[in-house]
Amino acid sequence: MSAQDSMPVARRGGLLRMLRDPGALSLAVTVALFVAMSAAGGVLYDGFLSPQVFLNLLIDNAFLLIVAVGMTFVILTGGIDLSVGAVIAFSTVLLASLVQHHGWHPLAAIALVLALGTGFGALMGVLVQRYRLQPFVVTLAGMFLARGAATLVSVDSIGIDHAFHVAVANLRIPLGGGVSLSAGAVLALLVVATGAVLARGTRFGRTVYAIGGSEQSAALMGLPVASTLVKVYALSGFCSALAGVSYTFYMLSGYSLHAMGLELDAIAAVVIGGTVLAGGSGYVLGTLFGVLVLGLIQTMIVFDGTLSSWWTRIAIGVLLLAFCLLQRLFSRRAAGAGATA
Amino acid sequence: MDANDTTTSPAHAAAPSPTPPPARLSLWKRVLAHPLFWPLLALGLLLLGNGVLNPGFLSLEWRDGRLYGNLVDIGNRAAPLVLVSLGMTLVIAVRGLDISVGAVLAIAAMVAAWTIGRATAGGGDGLMPLWLAVVAALGVSALCGLWNGLLVVKAGMQPIIATLILMVAGRGVAQLIGDGQILTIYYAPYSFIGSGFLLGLPFSLFLVVVVFVGLKVLLERTALGLFVRAIGHNPVAAHVAGVRARAITLALYVFCSFTAGLAGLLVSSNVASADANNAGQLLELDAILAVALGGTALAGGRFSLAGSLLGALIIQTLTTTIYAIGVPPQVNLVVKALLVAAVLLLQSPEFRGQMRALVTRPASGGRA
Repeated sequence: MSAQDSMPVARRGGLLRMLRDPGALSLAVTVALFVAMSAAGGVLYDGFLSPQVFLNLLIDNAFLLIVAVGMTFVILTGGIDLSVGAVIAFSTVLLASLVQHHGWHPLAAIALVLALGTGFGALMGVLVQRYRLQPFVVTLAGMFLARGAATLVSVDSIGIDHAFHVAVANLRIPLGGGVSLSAGAVLALLVVATGAVLARGTRFGRTVYAIGGSEQSAALMGLPVASTLVKVYALSGFCSALAGVSYTFYMLSGYSLHAMGLELDAIAAVVIGGTVLAGGSGYVLGTLFGVLVLGLIQTMIVFDGTLSSWWTRIAIGVLLLAFCLLQRLFSRRAAGAGATA
Repeated sequence: MDANDTTTSPAHAAAPSPTPPPARLSLWKRVLAHPLFWPLLALGLLLLGNGVLNPGFLSLEWRDGRLYGNLVDIGNRAAPLVLVSLGMTLVIAVRGLDISVGAVLAIAAMVAAWTIGRATAGGGDGLMPLWLAVVAALGVSALCGLWNGLLVVKAGMQPIIATLILMVAGRGVAQLIGDGQILTIYYAPYSFIGSGFLLGLPFSLFLVVVVFVGLKVLLERTALGLFVRAIGHNPVAAHVAGVRARAITLALYVFCSFTAGLAGLLVSSNVASADANNAGQLLELDAILAVALGGTALAGGRFSLAGSLLGALIIQTLTTTIYAIGVPPQVNLVVKALLVAAVLLLQSPEFRGQMRALVTRPASGGRA
């Protein structure tokens, strides 16, 4: 493609190509930031570098991680899903109401909630794909609808005390050395692994990247653009419902005001993880690091004790800005290199 | 549809006086095709429905030199949303979007409350603290708009992401100003902005009228309105044609945040306090809904300020209605969501095409 690729340093071509990919470069910055922040935390605060602190990052942000994986796919196609937080809230309320007030077994309720989330996502996907509506407006309406539906099911917070649910919530999977993971965190890691395989190793994943690169070209190549777009929003809806389920394990309650503004955290995590907002470039594993960086900010503020909670919002905003500017810089440079070659 | 009937059915064409029906039809068509017809019809039906359900709803009463009634109340409550919708209309008209208006409203409210707290504690008397608060709040919100505009115009970010940054960080900044507390305002003159009366009408209505008429004059008596439409239809072509697209876009973002600042003054003055977390919550969504209801194309280019004004009034009337008829207020969100979906589908050419095919296919099949 460019002069450097054809030079004798072909063995280093992989690394070079990776460095020229704006997504990969951004991911490298994110991983470096994570390591640097951890080191800074270790220097500043006692007991910061214990393994359990890092496992707690996964435990406390399991639902965010699950949602962010779904969001990664949506953003990879160049779309956006603002309804995720509301779908989580709806899932928690419906699940809690079915289990507590209608005597359903949690597993049956979970199955229904997952099906509803997927169906809701697919419906929004159809609106986006079939009627050429802008994703942000459609999912904004979806956000209203899911939040409203959640308050219609119940205005009050519903505590869950079903024996099965409590048992799963208290389950701790020991990893040796006195540290452990919750069921929700394991679920989240499974979702990340599945997402990574789905994105890189399947037809569906390749089509998602192709649509993000150029929808027209993807369609001209004969790829199933329409069905893939619908599937992507369905996947995001499924991930949101699954995150709602893991939220009930984490909080043991269903409430229509759960996960307020979570869509912004999810978008921030995806962007910080190196996925380019215009679509077509990014990694599911990057999203994992994006979520970890967000969690680390919160942990550092908790460890510090003197900083107030609103600094979290400001810090996330600043990081979001920095990574957006970084992406512009990298993609502009990549475009410039492509043009001169 | 109507035109089809007159041209295809010979029975109508053979009517004794062929000229009057087309004239009446064309007038009817013109009314139907008027961009403000549907929003006006929706608002009229909503108000009429309320009047039927509750006969006292539409009545106005003159008491103690002031006008009282549900209609005045709706206008007063809708004022912040109307202001923000006007700003949002222009940003959307140039293919932009500003989802930070709720956060900017909170910042402006906090700045005003903080300034008044400082000025009155320092022994400032008379109207000085009021002017200080207004200038500070509007200045800060204009700066917020400049920030958004620079990110969009200079850094080349997508508008939704550029304003997302301020939306996320803005609430944090607002809390920082109030140190995490709700600031209460103990200063009588300030309450005039949000709940004062002038000539028997709420002061906020005058503010809305001034902004609306000012915009109308600016956009229709100068070439600015044309420029805005040109940028919205095709930014590159507008730039090539010599329209200063970037400067105008930047100015519109500043103006949008400015209207959010004005709304922040109204809201904080009305409740005599500023709440960084809850002031202007979901305002961005309501504003976008109002703009869409008013017939502005969300893809840019075609916009209607009067439509957005009507859209904001529809939303407020809907809220008042839902409270008045005793339905749980949570239904409000669901109704709004379904409204957005319906309006979006009606705006989509693909959907209209499908519906037209659905309507005409059985009809033509029956004829053949």
